[in-house]
Amino acid sequence: MTDSSLHRGISLHRIGAMILRYWYLLMSSWPRLLELLYWPALQVITWGFLQLYIAQNANFFARAGGTLIGAVILWDILFRGQLGFSISFLEEMWARNLGNLMMSPLKPIEFLLSLMIMSLIRLAIGVIPMTLLALFLFHFNVYALGVPLIAFFCNLIFTSWSVGIFVSGLVLRNGLGAESIVWTLMFAIMPLACVYYPVSVLPVWLQYVAWALPPTYVFEGMRALLIENTFRTDLMLSALAMNVVLLVASFGAFLALLCSARKQGSLLSGGE
Amino acid sequence: MTENDKASSWPTVADRSPSAAIAVDHLVKVYKQTRAVDDISFSLPRGSITGLLGGNGAGKTTTIAMIMGLVLPTSGRVQVLGHRMPEESASVLGRMNFESPYVDMPMRLTVRQNLTVFGKLYAVKNLPDRIATLADDLDLTEFIDRANGKLSAGQKTRVALAKALINHPELLLLDEPTASLDPDTADWVRGHLERYRRANNATILLASHNMLEVERLCDRVIIMKRGRIEDDDTPEAIMARYNRTTLEEVFLDVARGRVNGAKEAAR
Repeated sequence: MTDSSLHRGISLHRIGAMILRYWYLLMSSWPRLLELLYWPALQVITWGFLQLYIAQNANFFARAGGTLIGAVILWDILFRGQLGFSISFLEEMWARNLGNLMMSPLKPIEFLLSLMIMSLIRLAIGVIPMTLLALFLFHFNVYALGVPLIAFFCNLIFTSWSVGIFVSGLVLRNGLGAESIVWTLMFAIMPLACVYYPVSVLPVWLQYVAWALPPTYVFEGMRALLIENTFRTDLMLSALAMNVVLLVASFGAFLALLCSARKQGSLLSGGE
Repeated sequence: MTENDKASSWPTVADRSPSAAIAVDHLVKVYKQTRAVDDISFSLPRGSITGLLGGNGAGKTTTIAMIMGLVLPTSGRVQVLGHRMPEESASVLGRMNFESPYVDMPMRLTVRQNLTVFGKLYAVKNLPDRIATLADDLDLTEFIDRANGKLSAGQKTRVALAKALINHPELLLLDEPTASLDPDTADWVRGHLERYRRANNATILLASHNMLEVERLCDRVIIMKRGRIEDDDTPEAIMARYNRTTLEEVFLDVARGRVNGAKEAAR
């Protein structure tokens, strides 16, 4: 897997081979499949009942029906998207297979594209049943959001990939000792992205930090849609612009960390 | 034997002709305070089998990793099949392959699935036929649909070898290719490697602690110690120079610092 090869053609054949590799893995392990379904279902059930309880006791939430459960679903797209990306990458580290891939004609961009596609597949396995649960248990139809849902989804998945690429680079460089970052980094973003409350709740100085994160625009946009019935295209376009910058920066960081891993000799060990 | 002596007996990197399968030029790798590889140069002609010998920490694996482009040298150059590594690795990675105890095949995938994935990564034509041939050649048929993690150490080694051969590599880098194999299987694998080299004019560089293996397979031996090349010649010439009858005795001389004494005695 070479940095210089980045400039040559991308092979769909090789990307397909990697997706096949992860698909074989997923299908060979029912605990892996179950885990994909388990956490999203648990999330939506817990928060869904909480929303039901609040809605019975507060006029505002009764009016803003779905903001909590909508936030849970969108947060899961963000979190599970990154996790789906990073876990596929970690599978290579756990399997000590990275050396085989690095020595093959697979290019970094192809490797990352295959991880992106796998994150979509894993997300679909986990989140689609979650949205159906929300529909049947709490009568919240996330698909009724229509076109805005596509904008929300795209922006969240782009952010999740950026974080996934950067974190994978860190693990590549520092070995499995850095694995915990995969599970925790997104939670550092959570309070600042204002998943469950508006940005206005934050102190003014912290609001600047919040607005530097693309997911903040998505969650504000979701609240605007559910509470005010307004689709804020300005928010979505701002998030998209920031996501483009983030994706390019994360890919650059991945290449720099890959280069550093080669200097360090950590590609062969990949251990702790 | 000095670096200059070696230059007279083997093609040097200075030639840098496309005919050299590997050309290593003043290669140095420093990890913090440790010089893992310390200014080594050699060139391997195509179709040769070369053994890289040395004790633990001699720099064999780091050297192979730099040839593969997995580790960046601190200084010096590596050229593989006429292309500079790692800058031009895209031009050669599909034409080479490797096997190392430092990497595994994914454990949950079956042998057939693993070979399918790697065959596709290397764009192998008629992949099912190629897998069937390798399964036949390396005696994998019995467990081809079994998960890699459920195989014995010897079976895993044969699967790793199948992966290393899947793309008909012109250059094969092997790190301890017969480790963990019983003597019969190890002998059989060596025979397979010899036949593969002859049939394909492939170049093989193998790092090994098995001196009998190196004596049998290799037409050239490079002995490393503390990151430097201690000796570089045919097995016969090296044994003669050290006045020894086996490479194992030579290895012990080198490892225990009896190099000068042994050479002196030979003179």
